[in-house]
Amino acid sequence: MDIRWDLLAEYAPFFVKGTLLTIGLSVCSILLGTIFGLFIGLGKMAQNKLISLPFNIYITFFRGTPLLVQILLVHFGLVPLIWGETNGILAAIIALSLNSAAYVAEIFRAGIQSIDKGQMEAARSLGMNHVQAMRYVILPQAFKRMIPPLGNEFIVLIKDSSLAAIIAAKELMYWGQAMQGQYYRVWEPYLTAALIYLVLTFSLSLLLSRLERRLAVQ
Amino acid sequence: MIEVKNLKKTFGNNEVLKDISVTINPQEVVVVIGPSGSGKSTFLRCLNLLETINGGHVWIEGKDITDKNTDINKIRTEVGMVFQQFNLFPHKKVIENIMLAPVKVRKVSPEKAREKGLELLRKVGLADKAEAYPDSLSGGQKQRVAIARALAMEPKIMLFDEPTSALDPEMVGEVLEVMKQLAKEGMTMVVVTHEMGFAKEVGDRVLFMDGGVIVEEGNPKEIFENPQEERTKAFLSKVL
Ligand SMILES: Nc1ncnc2c1ncn2[C@@H]1O[C@H](COP(=O)(O)OP(=O)(O)OP(=O)(O)O)[C@@H](O)[C@H]1O
Ligand SMILES: [Mg+2]
Repeated sequence: MDIRWDLLAEYAPFFVKGTLLTIGLSVCSILLGTIFGLFIGLGKMAQNKLISLPFNIYITFFRGTPLLVQILLVHFGLVPLIWGETNGILAAIIALSLNSAAYVAEIFRAGIQSIDKGQMEAARSLGMNHVQAMRYVILPQAFKRMIPPLGNEFIVLIKDSSLAAIIAAKELMYWGQAMQGQYYRVWEPYLTAALIYLVLTFSLSLLLSRLERRLAVQ
Repeated sequence: MIEVKNLKKTFGNNEVLKDISVTINPQEVVVVIGPSGSGKSTFLRCLNLLETINGGHVWIEGKDITDKNTDINKIRTEVGMVFQQFNLFPHKKVIENIMLAPVKVRKVSPEKAREKGLELLRKVGLADKAEAYPDSLSGGQKQRVAIARALAMEPKIMLFDEPTSALDPEMVGEVLEVMKQLAKEGMTMVVVTHEMGFAKEVGDRVLFMDGGVIVEEGNPKEIFENPQEERTKAFLSKVL
C-alpha cells in the first residue's frame, strides 16, 4: 500500500472545495432541520389527535425509510416538481433538513416530556399561562437536556451528507469518488475523505461537550 | 373564602371525589386528613383547577372557577399552592424562583419584585440563600423557598399538599413554624397533612376524608378526642 502523494496533491484543491461544501450543506441542514423539527415536535405534542396525526405520519415516514431513498425522491421528484429542473445542492439540503427534522422533533418532544410534571403545575399554580410556563420554566430546562442528543444528530447529519455524492452535489465524497474513478486508486481518496469527516465530527463533538460543561456549571 | 358544592371528580371509571360540599371561611385554617388514596390531593388540586372538575361548583372569593368564562390564571394568582415535592425551578436561583411570577404575570418591576422577594426570604429565614440554586438547599430550606415563592403573588388563600412528607424528620419543624406564622397572620389555609400535632395546634377545623367523601368534620378537639364515625376512629387509632 504505497501512497501516491503526487495524486493527492493534485486533488487537494478539490478536497478543500468539497469539504467547504460539506460544511455548508451540513450547517444549512442543521439550522433548517432544527427549526422545522421544533415545529414538527410541537405539532406532534398537540392534544388534538387530528392535529398531531400528520406530524406523526411525517416522523414515521422520515425515520422509517432510508435517507438514500429520500434524497432520490427529493432530487428527481420534489425539486423538479417545484422548480422545473433539479439541483444537487438544493436537493441535498432539502432532503437532509426534512430527514433531520424528524429526529429533532423526537428529541424535542422527549426533552420536554422528560421535565417533571410538577414543574408545569408549579408554574401554572403561580398564575402563568401555558405559553409563559413553557417559555420560562419548561423549555430552558428541556433545552439543556436536548443538547447531547441534538449533538449526536448533527454528527450523524455531517456523515450522512456524504450521500449527496449520489446526486452529484460536489461535496467531499463526490471528489473522493471522482479521484477514485480517474486514477483507479482506492486508499488515497477514501482515506482522505474519512480523515476529513473525522476531523469535522470530532471538532463538533468537542465543541458540544464544552457547551454542555458550560451549561452544567450554570 | 372558598365554597365547594357537590364537587365530583372522576379518573376514567374511578370516582375519586363524590359530591363534596364544604365552605372555608376567610382566615380559617382547615386541615384535611385521611388514608392514602382517599382523594385529599385531588380535592386540593380541584381548588385551583390543576385537575378538571367533572361536576358541582367551586367558588373562590365569589367567582365560580367551573364557569368557562372565568379567567383561571387570574384566580390562580390568588390561590398559592405548596407541593410535597417542592417543585422549585432548578434552573433559577432562589430569588429568581420567587420573582418570576410577580414579574411575568403581575408585571411588577424586577426591582420591586426583588425587594419583596428578599423580604419574604427574611421572613422564612433564608435571606442568605437568595443567590443560591435550589439544588444546594436542604429539603426544609427548599420547602420554605416554595412557600415564599407562593406568597410573592400575595395570594388570599394558600393550599398545602403534605408539605412536610418528603422531609427528613429534623426539618419538619422549621417548615411547620413558617406555616404557623402564616396562620397567625390570618392567611386562609387548606392543609393536607399527616402532622396531627400541627392539626391540633393550628387547625380551626379538621376534615376527615375517606373514599372520596368528607366522612366527618369538626374542630380538632372534637375530631381527635371524640370522633363519631367508625372510619374516623379506625384511622385515628392507626396514626395517633
Ligand atoms: N392523575 C390520575 N390519574 C388516575 N387516577 C388518579 C390520578 N390522580 C389520582 N388518582 C387516583 O385517585 C385516588 C385519590 O388520589 P389522591 O392522590 O387524591 O389521594 P390522597 O388522599 O392524596 O392520597 P395520599 O395520602 O397517598 O397522597 C387514588 O385512587 C388515585 O389512584
Ligand atoms: Mg396526596
